[in-house]
Amino acid sequence: MSAPASTGRAGLNDGLLHTSVWTDELVASSGLPVIDMPFVTVGGGLGSFVMVDYLRIAGVPAGHMRTLTVLDHPWQNYEYLLSASQVTREKRIRSDSSSCLDNIWGFPGYAVRESFGARSVPGFIAPLWNVLTENVLCDYWTPKSGQVFRSMQREADRIGYWGTLDMGRAHITRRRHGGGYFTVLTRPDGNDVIYRSSFVHLAVGYPGLAYLPDLVEYRNRYGDSHRVVNAYEPHEHVYEELNRRGGTVIVRGAGIVASQVLDRLISDRDRLGTDVSIVHLFRTFVEGAHGPSRFLRRRGEHGWAYQGFNWPKSTWGGQDRNRVLRAEGEAREKWLRTLGGTTTPRRKRWQRMLERGRRQGFYRMYVGEVQEVVPGPVGAVVTRLKPGTAGAAPVQLESNFVIDATGLEADIAEHTLLADLLQHSGAERNLLGRLDVDPQFEVRGTRAEPGRLYAVGAATLGGYLAGVDTFLGLQIAALEVCDDLARQGFCRFIGVRRSISQWWKWALARTP
Amino acid sequence: MTSTYFGRVQTRLFTVFTIGLLWTLVLTPFLSLPAGEKYKVTLTTLGWVALLGVVVWEPIWHLLQQFRWEKDWPAMYLLLQAVPEAVLVRVVLDRTLTTAAPVGTGTFALHFATTWLAIYFFVQGPMRVPFLRWRFRGGRIL
Repeated sequence: MSAPASTGRAGLNDGLLHTSVWTDELVASSGLPVIDMPFVTVGGGLGSFVMVDYLRIAGVPAGHMRTLTVLDHPWQNYEYLLSASQVTREKRIRSDSSSCLDNIWGFPGYAVRESFGARSVPGFIAPLWNVLTENVLCDYWTPKSGQVFRSMQREADRIGYWGTLDMGRAHITRRRHGGGYFTVLTRPDGNDVIYRSSFVHLAVGYPGLAYLPDLVEYRNRYGDSHRVVNAYEPHEHVYEELNRRGGTVIVRGAGIVASQVLDRLISDRDRLGTDVSIVHLFRTFVEGAHGPSRFLRRRGEHGWAYQGFNWPKSTWGGQDRNRVLRAEGEAREKWLRTLGGTTTPRRKRWQRMLERGRRQGFYRMYVGEVQEVVPGPVGAVVTRLKPGTAGAAPVQLESNFVIDATGLEADIAEHTLLADLLQHSGAERNLLGRLDVDPQFEVRGTRAEPGRLYAVGAATLGGYLAGVDTFLGLQIAALEVCDDLARQGFCRFIGVRRSISQWWKWALARTP
Repeated sequence: MTSTYFGRVQTRLFTVFTIGLLWTLVLTPFLSLPAGEKYKVTLTTLGWVALLGVVVWEPIWHLLQQFRWEKDWPAMYLLLQAVPEAVLVRVVLDRTLTTAAPVGTGTFALHFATTWLAIYFFVQGPMRVPFLRWRFRGGRIL
């Protein structure tokens, strides 16, 4: 038995690293501890939680599953991203009442639960009236993030989720000769351990944030990450300085996060009476309803495309879901591009705020492609737009801060495990550059009979479901995987009887 | 709801002949209808709700849904669609059903409205308990 060669990864020798399909003997020769576990889910965020929830309800004991994660609780990363983008626990997220992460049936929904938890008659009636009339007389009802996290805590306690956690960073999953997979976890103490399992579920979330290229260049060249910030990273100093001294801020992007940032800026301005002016820079300016036909027309105005949620509602279970599910290759890509795109909800509060801003002149809109971002006078950044016609002088916008709220995502290969999967395990990319999965979310090309390797979430955009990185999308994916695992005999099929009896246990807070 | 056409039809038939039927069986004895013909009136009403729904109304609602970007059918629409549906059922009943004494508008409205509400509240949530996949399949049960 040779000692592990130096590989940069503790405990893994070259033999393992350079072999795509591992044998039991090869793994044993590494001297690393091997844990037999029928099912492992990698990630430990919302996707892993929902998967474990489904499998517990489908009769799998908690002891037959492990969640490999660096997160203490499944909403940790999500809450971090929310709070950075101005959504605290008392604010409402962009998700509908029946997309319940803690309740696979979506009944009772968040609105009903908020209503019955109210301590006043108006507090009782308001959520119910809102869901009854939503999208007709008023905006969509959406839950507060605090309610979502509290209810997840309750469900995690109920199903014994905490007992499935194994802390550490999982960075390699390789096929096993003879079937199944090996997953390597580096524990917090730096030691590696290998899980041998029939089924692996990857729910690793967003590979990382990506920045607009011109902002990356500015940051790299001038070493300034103070005045040019990403809305998804902590940037409280921007609001603090603007609140203290006033100034100008450029907001880039036209999605929900741009809306949240504008809300914060205008709310602070109103509250403190500061002289803050906002320049909203659009790459694409939506002037009105848009779409390829009368039957596919999305509402929009003042630069924004409006939509209640990240995707049209029926992509989660209606006509649009069928369109995406039944299309292949470029046809599916075309549908996803038609139905997708950057949108924000048309909330009355935001409409009023921006209307006032336009009228009073503290909110101005510009359209254009950025040529470069350079330092300006002390405390300022200059954004130069590409001129509309050749030879014309570029428009220059001077500001104290630039907030990038475009929400670009990094390439999946930025994630170590996904990169390794692409290189060694037969996984391929789909037409949108993400991981190619089949309708049951099995990663194509990675099968090691009788094992299965599944992936869900943002890494699988471009597959047979549009809203993969949404609450309901994660639930749909988990149900598909659960049904597929039931076909493999790993769990019970959740039919009518089981569904009713398990819902009853949920209602009584009893273990599944 | 985000139904497909077949989802609409399946959901209507299932809910009318389960929740709708159950409620009708319970309510009928208390309605002011000609003795001996009570169930004849209410069950015929229920039958027309199903039949006219499948043949006339669901195609119309589904067509209107095509003009919505989200391809959804808000909860409030499901309530409001009861009004034209009730009027048509009433007209058809008047012309096809013979009873010893005429059926009062109030009695018809009470039966129709309470049955519709029972179905409405069922599909807004409890339906998902036995049929976990129903909402992800555009309202299809099968």
